Amino acid sequence: MLYEKYRDEIDAILARYPSKRSALLPVLYIAQDAYGRLDDASIREVAEILDLPYTDVFEVVGFYTLFYNEDVGKFVLDVCDDVPCCFCGAEELVADLEQRLKVKAGYTTDDKMFTLRRVKCIAACDQAPVLQANLEFHYKVTPDKVPALLEDLRRKVESGAQISISGRFAEH
Amino acid sequence: MPKTQLQEHIVLRNREIANIADIAVYTQHGGYETARKALTTMSAQAIVDEVKKSGLRGRGGAGFPTGVKWGFVPREIFPKYLIVNADESEPGTFNNHEIIDHNPHQLIEGIIISAFAIGANTAYIYIRGEFAYGARLLEQKIAEARAKGFVGKNVFESGFDIEIYVHRGAGAYICGEETALLESLEGKIGQPRLKPPFPAVAGLYAKPTVVNNVETLTNVPRIIEKGADWYRTFGTERSPGTKAVSISGHVKNPGNYEIPLGITMREFIYDWAGGMRDPNVPLKFIIPGGASSSWLTPEHLDTPLTWDDMAAAGTMLGSGAVVVLDESVSVVKAALRVDEFFKHESCGKCAPCREGTHFLVKVWERIDEGHGRPDDIELLSDVGRQMLGKCFCPLGDSAVSAVNSAVKFFRDEIAAQIK
Repeated sequence: MLYEKYRDEIDAILARYPSKRSALLPVLYIAQDAYGRLDDASIREVAEILDLPYTDVFEVVGFYTLFYNEDVGKFVLDVCDDVPCCFCGAEELVADLEQRLKVKAGYTTDDKMFTLRRVKCIAACDQAPVLQANLEFHYKVTPDKVPALLEDLRRKVESGAQISISGRFAEH
Repeated sequence: MPKTQLQEHIVLRNREIANIADIAVYTQHGGYETARKALTTMSAQAIVDEVKKSGLRGRGGAGFPTGVKWGFVPREIFPKYLIVNADESEPGTFNNHEIIDHNPHQLIEGIIISAFAIGANTAYIYIRGEFAYGARLLEQKIAEARAKGFVGKNVFESGFDIEIYVHRGAGAYICGEETALLESLEGKIGQPRLKPPFPAVAGLYAKPTVVNNVETLTNVPRIIEKGADWYRTFGTERSPGTKAVSISGHVKNPGNYEIPLGITMREFIYDWAGGMRDPNVPLKFIIPGGASSSWLTPEHLDTPLTWDDMAAAGTMLGSGAVVVLDESVSVVKAALRVDEFFKHESCGKCAPCREGTHFLVKVWERIDEGHGRPDDIELLSDVGRQMLGKCFCPLGDSAVSAVNSAVKFFRDEIAAQIK
């Protein structure tokens, strides 16, 4: 169970706020990592930890783009296609990733390794084209850099390194 | 020779001091001494007065005078909160990103001084969820400052307690709007609140709350250290100081530049950012203050970068985000992407924004795909009119900027694409 397993971390979060409800977003991040997504059961579990109505937690999960209520890959690849990125190589990057991964943006590869998404501005416009892999930044990702990047991420999974789709251990 | 770099940076000091994110380096360069001086020798009122005198205006977009905002906080109601708005999400803006990653201690020192000035013992840094590394880094840096006795109980032995917590959002532009931010921090969906009451009176948990942008607070230690008069040697009378401005798109040297307010757009693009990426492809238009701002064209290049001059030119300085686009860019595609952003980020609370952004995207999309209809330009303008001034918060209005700009400056190009 989530609370038993992450008691120290969750208690530390609760101690920051005078209201339990304020802990909702950080606790959802933990649950998402623990279960791989926020399905109905995990949402209900978080609601119980924080004494919240289930519907309030469902609503929050639906509202924010970094909470996933469907299965995602080991790595979520978010490519910014906003202005100016879309005029600075983002479209070419999305096309290249779609071809290599054999999925359209918005979907997960058959081997459940990668979920590819188009996202809006991630505040690194001078580094276009830019993507985040589990919320770690990768700058100036021209298509020639894609094979090495994907290989790196695959190796991370194989090596058993700590993977967080919530970005809880992001290093850059 | 045009002057293209400040002799002395105020906020991007990481540009002149290597490894200033390291607390040892930061303290070697006088770091946290200003907080010590402020908390042990100055009154809260004296700090508020100095910031008022400096004319510092909020760097998040609205440009509201920071000292005046602090002055609205009722002294006798407790507890009070200081919220750091690190939800940097306005398309084109990435200067807070640099401050957080490379000059975090100056931000933390600014938080300590500002919290003392308004009488808040708790500060929350609300950071956008995508800055996952930035959030971890700030937590580490706060722990370093705590270990030195700069954060926590009785800091600098002044009798003042200050706790600083990092709170990660989860991907929602609207949470940059201060009341939506407060809702989100309370664990709810990020929908704006009706104002009044303003946060200064009833904000987080209905207590007096000040919400300040990262860059705004990062200015504070230098203003208190060197004084309002020194600060006013930069910038103009009504837009004092410097501004970290992000420039991106089709310029040779995109990036952040800390500029003295008042230089012209031409100087900024051509002297500071190196001019157009490809000198053979001319400048088409500029989105000068983030995606929310109305566009400028080459005829506006001599507009000074100040709040007032940009307003007089029909746009805004906004969050300090200049997106430069050359003649290779399709106006329809640009407007479509801008409005897709606002459609995606509309919180759904009010109909004009929720429905309006949806219709704008639908129409731009069909024009982009070659299925535009003869009256689509009128339709876009009409939807815009039904949104402007009728939305619950500024997000809806922002979506209309691209429509009105595109139609005003590039009607012929859009019409040609419809035929």
